[in-house]
Amino acid sequence: MNILELKNVSMIYGQVKALYDVSLSVEQGEWLAIMGPSGSGKTTMMNIIGCMDRPTNGSVILDGEELSRLSPAELTAIRRDKIGLIFQQFHLISYLTALENVMVAQYYHSMIDEGEALLAMERVGLKERAKHLPRQLSGGEQQRVCIARALINYPRLILADEPTGNLDETNEHIVMEILRKLHNGGSTIIVVTHDPEVAVEADRTVFLEHGRISNVVRKNDVPDAVKAKDMQLSSAR
Amino acid sequence: MFMKMLVSSLIRRRSRMLAALCAIAIGATVLLGMAAISYDIPRQMGREFRSYGANMVLVASGEDALLKLEDSDRAAEVIPEKSLVGMTPYRYEIVRINMQGYTAAGTDFDQARRTSPYWNVSGAWPKEENDILIGSDIAEFTRLAPGSAINITGRASDGARFRRDMTVSGIVRTGSVEDEFIFMRLDTLDALMGNSGVAEVVEVSIAADEDELNALAAAISNHAPGVSPRLVKRVTQSETTVLSKLQSLVFLVSLIVLVLTMICVATTMMTVVMERRKEIGLKKAIGADNRSIAAEFLGEGMLLGVMGGILGTVLGYFFAQAVSMNVFGRGVILDWRLMPATVLVSVAVTVAACLWPVKRAADVEPALVLRGE
Ligand SMILES: Nc1ncnc2c1ncn2[C@@H]1O[C@H](COP(=O)(O)OP(=O)(O)OP(=O)(O)O)[C@@H](O)[C@H]1O
Ligand SMILES: [Mg+2]
Repeated sequence: MNILELKNVSMIYGQVKALYDVSLSVEQGEWLAIMGPSGSGKTTMMNIIGCMDRPTNGSVILDGEELSRLSPAELTAIRRDKIGLIFQQFHLISYLTALENVMVAQYYHSMIDEGEALLAMERVGLKERAKHLPRQLSGGEQQRVCIARALINYPRLILADEPTGNLDETNEHIVMEILRKLHNGGSTIIVVTHDPEVAVEADRTVFLEHGRISNVVRKNDVPDAVKAKDMQLSSAR
Repeated sequence: MFMKMLVSSLIRRRSRMLAALCAIAIGATVLLGMAAISYDIPRQMGREFRSYGANMVLVASGEDALLKLEDSDRAAEVIPEKSLVGMTPYRYEIVRINMQGYTAAGTDFDQARRTSPYWNVSGAWPKEENDILIGSDIAEFTRLAPGSAINITGRASDGARFRRDMTVSGIVRTGSVEDEFIFMRLDTLDALMGNSGVAEVVEVSIAADEDELNALAAAISNHAPGVSPRLVKRVTQSETTVLSKLQSLVFLVSLIVLVLTMICVATTMMTVVMERRKEIGLKKAIGADNRSIAAEFLGEGMLLGVMGGILGTVLGYFFAQAVSMNVFGRGVILDWRLMPATVLVSVAVTVAACLWPVKRAADVEPALVLRGE
């Protein structure tokens, strides 16, 4: 079953065709990577899938619901209930502790549950840092808090825009490990990345260029060079 | 969680919130100060005006030159006790010091201090039977000083001569005819003259507006036919007009202060919303609806309003005291109801000032969080 379906979706800003006539289906439990040069429309696509923007044209069906028919308040409800967002800049609330940042998502969703939030912190390996403010955490740790927050309400779909873009290699591996676990647990993940090493983990990689899908690569079709590099890395680990 | 977010946001983002808090607190300070003073002005200024002298004098009606004190006592029965500030009899007789004739006034010094608070006495007010005050002109002329002993002579009502040693306790300066008088206790003068129970005039100071004074004058004429009351018109009229002008001035200033506070809070909140666009976008992206966002900002505004209001109330009390001490020379009496009213007004003003910024906050697009602005 498809959890997400884009049909002839376009996003046009004045003269700029940020997305043009894009059609794409994503299966339940699939790990999809989106790659492409800067300005090719990756973030635009994420915003549309994440119910934060409406396309100029075309239809988006998320978990069986046609998004263009929904009111802003209903879109908010979908974001809240079905989507987990992971950002390149983490976007933690600076005046709340790591744990409270996770609990904020619970608060907007339904009700807070400190025990569960702590458990989520534990899952990303940050239980002891729960009471720290974001600025007291490293970039990698902040990203893990961001992931814990994205996962706390059991979203149907996890969207990550450049989740490793601001991280060093060690932290990148930690984050990838978490994503891998999520994938193995059956979560649907869509990740935007510049990094072939990240893309190689995905079941499928979609390449965008000038707002259009230029290429689609399945995991098994990944060019040997990339695969070989991946093998080296995993054996080195 | 809501409270935790509010409090954390206020505490951990101190500097910005301090600016807003200051604006509110200063606004509330001035507001309470102004309100307290304007509430208190009638009392303060009423006294102030009364210190320009009596606003009613009683003289004998008809042909009689002398007023019987029993008549003036009858008149006093008509005046409500709590608005009667003072009632001072003056009996005038001629006495001599070193053969030089002077006007001696017998009076009640306790009452005189109330009906003529502008009297400037150097030395002490008379206490003993033989203490006297002398007018400053006499003091200059005779070179008498507080503490000087003098000898007073004259003729009593029955023509017999009298002579008494007295002490100058103080010198009074009024800027008017009193500077040429000698003041002594009425009972002392009565004893010298050998009769009592009469006076030329009785000066009365009453806390009342013009209409009330007119009504009182009529009532006195009725109740004590031997007395003819006269109003000292000039002072009572200006008292009312100056009072109402002062109050409307204070009202205007308060209004301006309120508007300024509102502008100040609105700009601060606007800046806060602008600074926190990212955070608002993030909250919306993870599922906060407009109502939650609005509630958070209004909640912050309200909390600021309460804190600023309370702070301002405390500061405003001291502010009012200081202003009152400087302007009127005495403390202000604060109506306690003004305190919760000030806090309420602060909250109302803050919330009103937050409405537009809050709307802007609710309008923030969640899409901006993914775009690295
Ligand atoms: N709000 C907007 N108004 C006008 N143009 C926009 C807007 N948002 C995006 N664009 C344009 O749409 C195009 C696609 O932008 P998008 O952010 O999706 O690119 P991207 O693939 O995410 O790039 P990057 O890798 O640099 O993040 C760009 O040319 C951008 O300038
Ligand atoms: Mg982008």
